[in-house]
This record gives sequence, structure tokens and C-alpha cells, in this order.
Amino acid sequence: MGAIYILWLRELKRYIRSRVQVVVSLAQPCLYLFAFGAGFSPVFRQAGLGSYLQFIAPGIIGMTILFSSVFNGIAMLWDRQFGFLKETLVAPVSRLQIMTGRTLGGATVAMIQGTLVLVICLIFGFRPQSWLSLPFAFVFVFLVAMLFSALGTAIGSVIKDMQGFQLVMNFLVMPIYFLSGALYPLANLGKVMKVITHLDPLTYGVDGLRGALIGHWQFSVALDAGILAAITCGFLVLGAYLFSKIEV
Amino acid sequence: MIRVRNLVRTFGDFTAVKDITFDVEQGEIFAFLGPNGAGKSTTIKMLTTLLRPTSGTIELDGKDPNRNQIAARQSFGIVFQDPSLDQEQTAWENMELHGVLYHVPRKVRAERIETLLKTFELWDRKDAMVKTFSGGMKRRLEIARGFLHTPKILFLDEPTLGLDPQSRNQLWTHVKALNESEKTTVFLTTHYMDEADRVAHRIAIMDHGSIVAQGTSAELKAQTNTESLEAAFLALTGSSLRDEGADAKAGLRQMAQMWRR
Repeated sequence: MGAIYILWLRELKRYIRSRVQVVVSLAQPCLYLFAFGAGFSPVFRQAGLGSYLQFIAPGIIGMTILFSSVFNGIAMLWDRQFGFLKETLVAPVSRLQIMTGRTLGGATVAMIQGTLVLVICLIFGFRPQSWLSLPFAFVFVFLVAMLFSALGTAIGSVIKDMQGFQLVMNFLVMPIYFLSGALYPLANLGKVMKVITHLDPLTYGVDGLRGALIGHWQFSVALDAGILAAITCGFLVLGAYLFSKIEV
Repeated sequence: MIRVRNLVRTFGDFTAVKDITFDVEQGEIFAFLGPNGAGKSTTIKMLTTLLRPTSGTIELDGKDPNRNQIAARQSFGIVFQDPSLDQEQTAWENMELHGVLYHVPRKVRAERIETLLKTFELWDRKDAMVKTFSGGMKRRLEIARGFLHTPKILFLDEPTLGLDPQSRNQLWTHVKALNESEKTTVFLTTHYMDEADRVAHRIAIMDHGSIVAQGTSAELKAQTNTESLEAAFLALTGSSLRDEGADAKAGLRQMAQMWRR
């Protein structure tokens, strides 16, 4: 338990100490909120779908958690390069504990980021259906953070250089974001898009967040939470397996 | 303390370690010398559970590092050839993290961290981020960290690489002092013959994956009829240059260049 705690704490310390990075990472969601929120608002309203800001705020929160979680996993690249990874891998604790500590740390950081963005959304004028829905939304914040932190650990265990990082960003993280329904409603999409969006795990995360926060459900609580939990378990197993295979 | 019998490790059709056998007694400082690519690092990796042997047996304090990984790891400390500190944490935090990972009880941990940081003259910088440390300070911190959980064996893989003579000298003084006071067995590799000569009780010389000679410095000199350990080393391993096998990354880079053409 000590090992999990100290590695979790390490992730948290690193996050709190990199203030510049915190500000920079919050700038992107702000830009999305402002540029898309304001830019698409008239079209969205004309289509009779209400306020676009209300619609994308949960999507932007989901995006923030996705980016933050995966980044944290990929940060393993630095630990590999600076050698710290080795120090943990020869320690007399199981790799599963090390992997758990890192993943929980990454998920915690992502949850903090998500919360900060939620506060920013509120400042921009976003209003949840009721304040009581905030704790409900946190169930999904947690699930999304765990899911993508586990994926981040799995990816971080495999990639070994910066090219790999670019590959992951362009061919995995960005598509997950754009094909998740974070930016547009999933109703009435073409067949191909429908299949693709339904395969994207973030779709269920964003739907859960949106449902909890503004009462707009594409699926249902049970389906979203169930699918997210199942995929999280799958990714945790995958992450644990790939992490156990790391050679130094 | 360390018992190695007929250890072999092959990579594909290349044999990095060819059937080596040696013993290190408790409290001994044992130096492993050899030209680049002789198989020293491969041997250390096998001794420290990072690599599985192709065949042969290893015992560390009676434990088999392959079958009983966690127990074996608890009994040794290691300072790697390249740094393994967390640059974004303070010296004290690095020590604390190590102490927790190695199950050192809280109270003992605080005391030992203080003693070791003082011994290695880092106490007044304990709250500074490691990234602000000089190369010598980082090395000292790593060695202090290696001693933290009172390991029975401490592996030092070229610990003085790139340090100035002052730092090297000081570092060995501390290691020798701790070897005497805590009876820690020390297994080291180095390219500096004078260090091995001065610090090590016994020396093994490795070349092309085999141990070509072992004994005290005096025995090695007598065996080769030479005046210094360096001369003995050259007499045993020849004076031709060795090119270390390129690592996987270099191989990939080469491949990428070929494909582009």
C-alpha cells in the first residue's frame, strides 16, 4: 500500500509544482469553449438545439480529462529517459502496485483538471440543470479519468521516443476526441459515423457527463457507466500486462 | 553472499555471457573489470533481476533472483550506470520514496535518511530539487539512496563515470566507510584501474563474455608479471579496441535511414 501511495503522491506533487503547465493546459479548453462556443452558437440555435455552450461544456470537460490522463501516462517516457522508471522497477514491490500508483495518480490529476475546467465553464456562463447534479457528474469524471489513465499507462509502457508520442496524439487521442460527440449531437448521424462514434469510449463518457449535467442523454446512465467501467477494467488489465513486460 | 554458477546469457546467436562462475564473500568489495562489451552490464542485469539468465544459477544471500524476485530485490541496492533519480523532486523526497518502496519503517527511515545525507554531505541541500544538483551531487545522492534500506549487497555500475577526481575520491571514501561499518558487500564495475586497485578486495576480469582471471590485485599482477593493475588488465585482455554493440535505438535509426534511401 505504501508503494501505491508514494507513487500516487509523486504524480500529484509533479502536477502541483508545474504551475506553468497547469495554466497552459487550461488555455486549450478555454479556447475551445470560446471559439466553438461562441462561433457555432448561432447555427446551433437556428437548428433549434438551444445553447451551444450548454451543449459543449460537458464535452470540453471530457476532452480535458482525456488529454490530461493520456499525457500523464505518456509522461512515463520522461521517467524512462531520465532513468527514474528503473529505480521503481527494481524495487521490492510488484509491478502491479507501481502501475496502480502511477495510474491512480494520473487519474487524480485528470480529475483535478476536469474540475478546474468545470469551474471555467461556470464562469463562461454554463449552468448545470441543478447543483445537485454536480456530484452525479463526478461519477463520470472519475470513470473517464480512470479509463484513459489506464490507457495512458498501457501506451506509456510501449512507446520509447518522441515520434511515438506524436503518433499517439495524432492517430489516437485526437480521433477519440473528435469522434466522441463532444462537439456535436450524435442523433441522426450517417451509418459509418454512427458505428465509429459508438466504438469510441469517450462517447459514453461525454454522454454521461452531458446527461448528468444538463439532462441530455443519448444513451442511459446504466449503459454509459456500465460500458465505461467494463472498458476501464479491460484497459487496466492491458496496462498491467504491458507494464509488467517493460524491460530496462 | 553472491554465488554464481555457470551463468550463460545469449541474445539470438550472440553469447554475451559465457559460462561464468564466481563467489563474493560477505563484507567484501568485489570489482568487475573488463573492456566495453565484455558482458559486465549483462551480468549485473542478471544479478539484479532485470534480465533472465539463459542458463546457470545465481544466489544472492541465499535467494534466487529469478524465482524469488521481491525477496532478492529487498536484499540489494543498486546504483545504475546512468542516473535514475527523480529530477522533479527534492533530495529528501527521493530518499523518502526509496525508503517507502523498500519497506523501511517510518521512524528508521527518517533517521537513516538524515544520517546518510549528512555522510554524503547533502544534508543542507535536502530540500533542493535534484535537477539543480551537479553531477557529483547526483551520484552521491544515488549512492546514499542505495544504502538507505541497509542492503546486504550494493551494486555499483560504473558509479564514478564522468566525475572529477575530488568527487571520485570522496565517493570511494564514503563507500569504504559504509562497507566497514555496515558490512555491506559491494559489487562494482569501473574503467578506472586505480580505483579498483585501491578499493576492491578482490577483482575479476571479464573479456568476451568470460572471466579471464580473478584474485586480489597483487595476485593479478603476479600472474601477469606486471607492475600495475592497468598493465595486468591490458596483458589479460589485449590492447585492441572494442566497439560496444549498438543499442536497439541506434539499430532502428540505421534502419530508418536505409529505408529513406
